[in-house]
Amino acid sequence: MDFANFLIQLLNSVQYGLLLFMLAAGLTLIFGIMGVVNLAHGSFYMLGAYLAYSLSGLFGSFTLAIIGGAILSVIFGLILERILFRYFYHRDHLDQVLLTFGLIYIFEESRSLLWGDDVHGVAIPALLNGSITLTENQSYPVYRLFMMGVCVLLAIGLYLLINKTRLGMKIRAGAFNRDMTESLGINIKLIHAVVFAIGVALATTAGMIASPISSVYPNMGSQVLIMCFVVVVIGGIGSVRGALIAALLVGLVDTFGKVLLPQVAGMLVYMLMAAVLLWKPEGLFKQ
Amino acid sequence: MSAPQSHLETLPRGIQIVLALGVIALAVFPFVGTDFYQQMVTRMMILAIFAMSLDLLQGVTGLVSLGHAAYFGVAGYTLAFLTPEGEAVSLWWTLPVAVLAAGAAALVIGFFVVRTKGIYFIMVTMAFAQMVFYLFFDNRVLGGSDGIYINFKPDAGLFDLENKKVFYYFTLFCLLAVYFFLRRLLWSPFGRALAGIRVNEHRMRAVGFGSFSYKLTAFTLAGALAGLAGYLWGAQTGFVNPELMGFHQSAHVIMMIILGGMGNFAGAIVGAFAFEFMLELFKDLPSIGGFNVGKHWQMWMGLFIVLVICFAPRGLLGLLQKLMHRKGAGNE
Amino acid sequence: MSEALLSAKNLTKKFGGLAAVNDVSIDLWRDRIHVVIGPNGAGKSTLTNLLSGDLPPTSGNITLGAYDVTRAAPERISRRGLGRSYQKTNIFPTFTVWDNVRLAAQSRVAQQPWNPMRWFQSAAGDARVNERAEAALELAGLTGRRKAIAGAASHGEQRQLEIAMTLATEPQVLLLDEPLAGMGTAEAERMVELLLRIKPRHAMMLVEHDIDAIFALADHLTVMVNGTVIASGLPADIRADRGVQAAYLGEE
Repeated sequence: MDFANFLIQLLNSVQYGLLLFMLAAGLTLIFGIMGVVNLAHGSFYMLGAYLAYSLSGLFGSFTLAIIGGAILSVIFGLILERILFRYFYHRDHLDQVLLTFGLIYIFEESRSLLWGDDVHGVAIPALLNGSITLTENQSYPVYRLFMMGVCVLLAIGLYLLINKTRLGMKIRAGAFNRDMTESLGINIKLIHAVVFAIGVALATTAGMIASPISSVYPNMGSQVLIMCFVVVVIGGIGSVRGALIAALLVGLVDTFGKVLLPQVAGMLVYMLMAAVLLWKPEGLFKQ
Repeated sequence: MSAPQSHLETLPRGIQIVLALGVIALAVFPFVGTDFYQQMVTRMMILAIFAMSLDLLQGVTGLVSLGHAAYFGVAGYTLAFLTPEGEAVSLWWTLPVAVLAAGAAALVIGFFVVRTKGIYFIMVTMAFAQMVFYLFFDNRVLGGSDGIYINFKPDAGLFDLENKKVFYYFTLFCLLAVYFFLRRLLWSPFGRALAGIRVNEHRMRAVGFGSFSYKLTAFTLAGALAGLAGYLWGAQTGFVNPELMGFHQSAHVIMMIILGGMGNFAGAIVGAFAFEFMLELFKDLPSIGGFNVGKHWQMWMGLFIVLVICFAPRGLLGLLQKLMHRKGAGNE
Repeated sequence: MSEALLSAKNLTKKFGGLAAVNDVSIDLWRDRIHVVIGPNGAGKSTLTNLLSGDLPPTSGNITLGAYDVTRAAPERISRRGLGRSYQKTNIFPTFTVWDNVRLAAQSRVAQQPWNPMRWFQSAAGDARVNERAEAALELAGLTGRRKAIAGAASHGEQRQLEIAMTLATEPQVLLLDEPLAGMGTAEAERMVELLLRIKPRHAMMLVEHDIDAIFALADHLTVMVNGTVIASGLPADIRADRGVQAAYLGEE
């Protein structure tokens, strides 16, 4: 392939990888800090896409839709944590798996009742609708660059939050030693609620910004969920840094795989996972 | 990672009697039930075999797999590939081949998956099963998302599987054979070692058991038995599609053994019947005031699952035990 | 003098930059009890874990009889003739006392999980396994408690079970991590008596804190502080050693 093609595929890899990172970061954070595995994480992604659809119709503006959707998703995350998830931090993983599986059904049906089963599109805002010319006959969509930009910003924000703020310090302390943290007067319940809400918001925002490209359709959560799981397994559960590296790796393997080896493209990522497991059964960056 | 589930390895007399009555009821059912219900019970028996195979892996060995349906589906598809469009194929070699194929898939995947522990194990079993799902879903050659039809039930020679009653009894025979095989295995040296691995794998290794090969064998055997169920499913319904291998199917079978109680195989049978019954119940709900209740069965199923996990996580058996304890405590 | 049954040379275990065990060598001989003592955090548990295969050493080597077991998995080391008991009781709590020991004894039968014969035999009917388990149970003094559920047994009985399970694997080398932990005087005396009874046929290493037991049992004493051996020799000599007194025994 020529250089322009290669560049396009590389950019696509990074864009896909960064999107996966947003999902995987939320999942791995929630597991690392609260010990909860959430099969319904893909449903938040779907929620984001449907919110983008409805809210951009309502507000007439994609930007307002994203902001509104983000706020709604934080509230939703806080409520969900308060009424359900907080009671499952100490339950064993089997119970969590089944509970969140039940939630998938409930979320899918709720979506069906609220929005119906049709496929929808979300328009790319005019400002971002152009392309950047790479060569005389190759160009790259601005919107995908925008997506990458948002993901990078959020990734930086997450890094700063966890490593450079007092809230982040409390979060890390809570993960390390819950009882000690509580006895120091830090409100661990609030920390958990905040972390959960961040996880939900990341997943939902990923769905929102992806919606113009991926469309909005039923069951869109399942496909992305499994990729998310693969990323978390490869990266090491509980490690946000691992999730980033694994996500980019998966993005590269998947994108270039589809171009270079289309017959086995679907299997390549799993083969990558199998190879990693042989070498490091607990992921690249075990927590 | 595995929590203390209600493991009733030795079944009390009372429950044994109830089970025996259940078998008699199953044996007699085709003479009293309608064709529709006979089909439904056949399906339930097939799922009971599927559930027992998972019970070996999860209830006995303590390995929670979210990808067990992959082997169920592989066997069903094997029958579909082996059955020509225009005629039946012999039961006597296709059944072993399908079971071997499922077992081989489990051996290969198990080799990678069994080295992981806890939540990792759950996640990678799910991931590999989804890989198998997409393998079939994305490839027209393998049937694609539409699936494959099996136009003729396998030819058994001595008896006619196209006869629904005969098929019913053949399935019942398989159910009982698998049950007694697994009960025997439970008390064999192999079975005891698996139980030890569930309770304390660390100590098992410390006293000299190579837990990896035990777990891999259990994983493979469970996959092969799931294959037996998958073969029967394909034969009965005449149709296989990738959904058979999806993680929804895997989660359903986990729910079955949770509902019935894990670790003794009888619970798996009870749970399979109960779960399928609930599913049929939800799907058949009538419309209330224009709202098609049955169409949204996933909602009711989801709520049912959430409620069971919240309030009866040890299943019906656990509830029973709790009630018995409370009664016993009250009498003191 | 015959060969040492277990010989560990220059064992070091580093976690990050910290050496939990630093250049420790130890030999274990038949009919000898070698006691390792030291304050908390001295590296005694880490040393035990290195010898039993629970942790791989950063450097050094371990020989068990004729075999190099430096990086071997715990199950391999166990099958080569090493048995280990744990400080924190590590049994099968939902099984009966008998089933605990029987399962441990079963480990000595040829392991062939994929062999269908092993799926149809009756585990409870294997006479050789039962004999072995019975012997271990008797040695540990638990014959009368065989039907008790292990998790519900008293603390002392559970410690006895710990030993019984280890003995059921018929090891030549025994690593016992605080076998007297949490025991009252009478129980502790019984345990000391048990250990002396099995001593002639085994090479034993003990990690212990109980001073009376240590001097009743030890043929050889090693003192560890901060991962290093600060003294090693006959108990009487160690007792008199000023450096050891200052570092550890001073509280006596």
